[in-house]
Order: sequence, then C-alpha cells, then structure tokens
Amino acid sequence: MSVDLDTVKRVARLARIAVSEEEATVMAGKLNSILGFVEQLNEVDVSGVEPMTSVIPMEMKKRADKVTDGSKADDIVANAPATEENFFLVPKVVE
Amino acid sequence: MTDLTRLTISQAREKLRAGEISAVELTDAYLAAIDAANDKFNAYVAVTHDKARDMARASDARLAAGQGGALEGIPLGVKDLFATEGVHTQACSHVLDGFRPRYESTVTSNLWADGAVMLGKLNMDEFAMGSSNETSWYGPVKNPWRATGSNADRVPGGSSGGSAAAVAAFLCAGATATDTGGSIRQPAAFTGTVGIKPSYGRCSRWGIIAYASSLDQAGPIARDVRDAAILLKSMASVDEKDTTSVDRPVPDYEAALGQSVKGLKVGIPKEYRVEGMPQEVEALWQQGIAWLKEAGAEIVDISLPHTGYALPTYYIISPAEASSNLARYDGVRYGLRVPGKDIVEMYESTRAAGFGDEVKRRIMIGTYVLSAGYYDAYYLKAQKVRTLIKKDFDDAFAAGVDVILTPATPSAAFGIADKEMASDPVKMYLNDIFTVTVNMAGLPGISVPAGLDGQGLPLGLQLIGRPFDEETLFRTAHVIEQAAGTFQPQKWW
Repeated sequence: MSVDLDTVKRVARLARIAVSEEEATVMAGKLNSILGFVEQLNEVDVSGVEPMTSVIPMEMKKRADKVTDGSKADDIVANAPATEENFFLVPKVVE
Repeated sequence: MTDLTRLTISQAREKLRAGEISAVELTDAYLAAIDAANDKFNAYVAVTHDKARDMARASDARLAAGQGGALEGIPLGVKDLFATEGVHTQACSHVLDGFRPRYESTVTSNLWADGAVMLGKLNMDEFAMGSSNETSWYGPVKNPWRATGSNADRVPGGSSGGSAAAVAAFLCAGATATDTGGSIRQPAAFTGTVGIKPSYGRCSRWGIIAYASSLDQAGPIARDVRDAAILLKSMASVDEKDTTSVDRPVPDYEAALGQSVKGLKVGIPKEYRVEGMPQEVEALWQQGIAWLKEAGAEIVDISLPHTGYALPTYYIISPAEASSNLARYDGVRYGLRVPGKDIVEMYESTRAAGFGDEVKRRIMIGTYVLSAGYYDAYYLKAQKVRTLIKKDFDDAFAAGVDVILTPATPSAAFGIADKEMASDPVKMYLNDIFTVTVNMAGLPGISVPAGLDGQGLPLGLQLIGRPFDEETLFRTAHVIEQAAGTFQPQKWW
C-alpha cells in the first residue's frame, strides 16, 4: 500500500500537524519508503496467532479505589503557556 | 594528582569510602571537564553546577558519618528523557521548550536516594526517535572516537547519544539511558562503552517521557561491566506508580561478576548473519564465540526464524504507540504554543513548529496504521508477528539455551550528516536490526565492547538473556570484557 498526497494531508489533519503542499510531497515519499519496508510482513502466516497484549505475562495490578494524590493545582499549571487562576487558557472554543 | 574523571565507579566508590577523595573534589573534576569540553561534544544540554555541588557536599557529610549509600558521591549524567524536578526536561524537543517538571522520575529518585550526584541533562534524539543523535533540537553529538588518522566527526549512535558520548569522553562516571529499539546498546557499541537494556518491567517507566510504552525501558551506560551492574542495581525497583513494573526483588548484579560460565549454553542465531555485514563484524562475533568456548561455555547453533521481521514490526508498533503518547503536546499544558485563529489552528501550528521531521514522520505513520480501515492490516498484524518473534526466543530458551550471543550493530559508528542515511529513513532504521528483536520480546540485552575495526573504531557484541536473568548477562559480559579488555578513545579534545 502507498499513500498519495491527499492521504498525507488527511493523516496530517488527524495528527493535528499543519503541513504545506511542499512538506506533504516530501513526506509522502518518505512515508512510502517506510510503508514499503513494512510490507514484508505480508509474507508471515499469522493464522491462529494471538496478537501480543503484554510482553511479560502478568496480571494487571490493581489498587484500592482511594484518592492518593491531589491538591497541587499550582504544580499542574506551572508549565502551561497561558493560565488564569489555575485554569489552562485556550482560544475560544464555543461561540 | 591523577585525573579523577578516569576512575571507574567502582574505583571512585572505594576512594570515597576510604576518605582518599571527597565527593566535592570528584564532582568539581567532572564539572571542570564538562566546562572545558562540552562545546566540542554537545553531550550535555544542561549542566547543573550548583545542584551537583550541593548534592556532593551532602554526600561528603553522609560519607563522614558512615552513612554513605551504594552510589554515594558518584557524579552521573541523566538523559533528557527523565523528569528531573526543577531541571531542564525536554526529550531534546522544541515542543517542550522551557519544561521544568515539578516531580522526579522513579529511576532518578532511586539514584539520588543511593547518594549519586547529578551533573546535568544529556543530549538525545528528539523523543528518543533516532539512531545517530542527529534528530535532537539541540543539534548532533560528536563521538569521542575518530577513525585512525582522521579528523572527521562520527555520530555516537542514538537515541542515547549524549549519554554514550559523555561516558566515553569522561564527562560523567556513568549515565542513565533508555532503549526502545536499541537506544542504549547501539550507542554503547559505537562508543566502546557498556550498555544494558534490562527486561521490560525491571525499571519503572514513571517520569520517563513516553515514546512507545510497550517497548521503552531504562538502563545504564557505563565504562565497564561492573559499573553497569552497580548502576542497574540502583535504577531498578518495584514501583506502584508503573503498573508494568514487575514485582520481584532486585538482585545484587555485581555478585554475578567473576562467576564461571563453564557449562553455560550459548546460542548463536544464524539469522543474525545478514547480507552486507562487514567481515570485521563477523570476525568479532567468531572471536566472541572463541572466548566463551575457552571459558568453558557450550556453543550451540540456533534458529530464530522471525528475526528479519522484527524491524518492520517495530516500525508499525512504535509509531502507533508514539502517535498516541505524543498527542499530549498541543500547546495547552506545557512547552511551546504557537497562536492560531482558533484552537485547531493553534494545535496544528504548535505541533508543526514543535516537532522535528523524524518525529512528525513517526506520528504520521502511527496515525495512518491506526486509522479506520488500516488497523487490522498493519497494527493487529504486527502484534501477531510480535507474538511469533517472542515465541522464537521462548523456544530457544526452552531447548536449554542460557544466553544468546550476537553482534550489537551491523557496522561501526558512521559519519555525522551521512548522505546515504539522510536520503532514506529505512537506512537509518537498519542500525537497530540486531537490537530491536530484544525489545519486541521484552528480554534483557547487554552490549559489551569487544574490539576495534580496521579504522580503529569500537565494535560491540550483544548478549540476550531470559526474562529477568540480567545476572547471566553480567556474568557472561564480564568474561568477554576480561578477554577483550576495555577501550578508550585517543584524547583529541
């Protein structure tokens, strides 16, 4: 399978990365090189093989459903580019 | 006085405990070496002079009181992927500009709790995506090794290129690193250092900036096998903050050194003899086999039939996980923000400006293989092949093999800005052909320097072990080190 320019632009939109026409063209070439490389997996017969979900067999760890952390709003917003009173500020979303 | 930066961790540890040197003296020696040479290597992206001296003074006080920890007063460098409280933590990406976490990763917390001293943060490929350290926002790192009679700069490998270069150039006693497809073992091989990627789940991933969560593992890069064993003992732990951290005690890895390999069954997988591999790499592999045989190990030929599929599988699974993990960099909670007329334009512009080309490529591949209509053909298929890759190893170990010996990389360090590597991303990916299988199967793997090629550049051998049998790796790597010796670059800096 290979990707065309429209597919590159669609995937870039899904990934929320702005791309120019020129960037998309360069990207299409490199992505097709990678997709061509992974194509060889078609040779492998995987009928009856379970997909891997955990590389080390272990039971999911669980803990009591209790609050163990919190009251650190200042820490959480400390690195944000724009905040106001412990809220993250973003461009207007709802008109 | 002799150059304190030449001491290994085990040597420095003895001198610190005996009071022959102080932690402040040792730390100052490293800070002076960094200040004098870092411009040449670009290994550190942040140097924490004040913090290092404060930590060293505290170490001296504990040593004087007879309360020194296992790494008391040992100066270390930390890969920029580990969250360090109040200190530069950006995965060497522009998108994390100015990020200073309010928390400390579990691995680095463990090191500081044992008395280690932090010198600063080390350069790396952006978000650990690369095999040459050339994708860093902060620019490439130079390998302290050069070909005989040449001034040309070589890459230190990647993604932990800053860690490997700093250890090889005596700019830290040891360093933390991480390995998703070979990012500890390949740079270790390129710089004549020892690097171990432990079993998946051995080191907590908490506070390590995520790339591909089912593959990422932390480990040390060190000057010799003993130092690597000392560092891993401190880094490894059981951590309730990481649900994939495995609940088993951390052994004393150093105790495995010096134990005999007599009767050990060493597997030699025929699939690692790849087309176009330099004769020198093959010769080194044969030399490694001979050393282990002389030490009493039993050599057996084995087959790991799905080896060749590990790299293409990796380039589906790791970008898929990366596309999800890197969704969080959107200009809202931390790092870079590029304004836009609405929120979507702000996201898209921030990510376009913040990520480098290789990171964008992997996010795009990951988004594509997970998108509707392609999931089964790519991602699900890859996870099934991954099961087969792991089964190859399971079968070999079930047949009695204790450890597997392979070359660490298909070549020695290549030049910075290599045109062939830049022309096609897949060429760069092939660097990890021998290491990536180990991540796919969650196994421990160690890279140990074993010789120099015809140009005087270091080459490494890799040992792969059963899950959580790092001790056999240290024991066997030590035998190779005893036979091969250790390797240090000619000082040109």
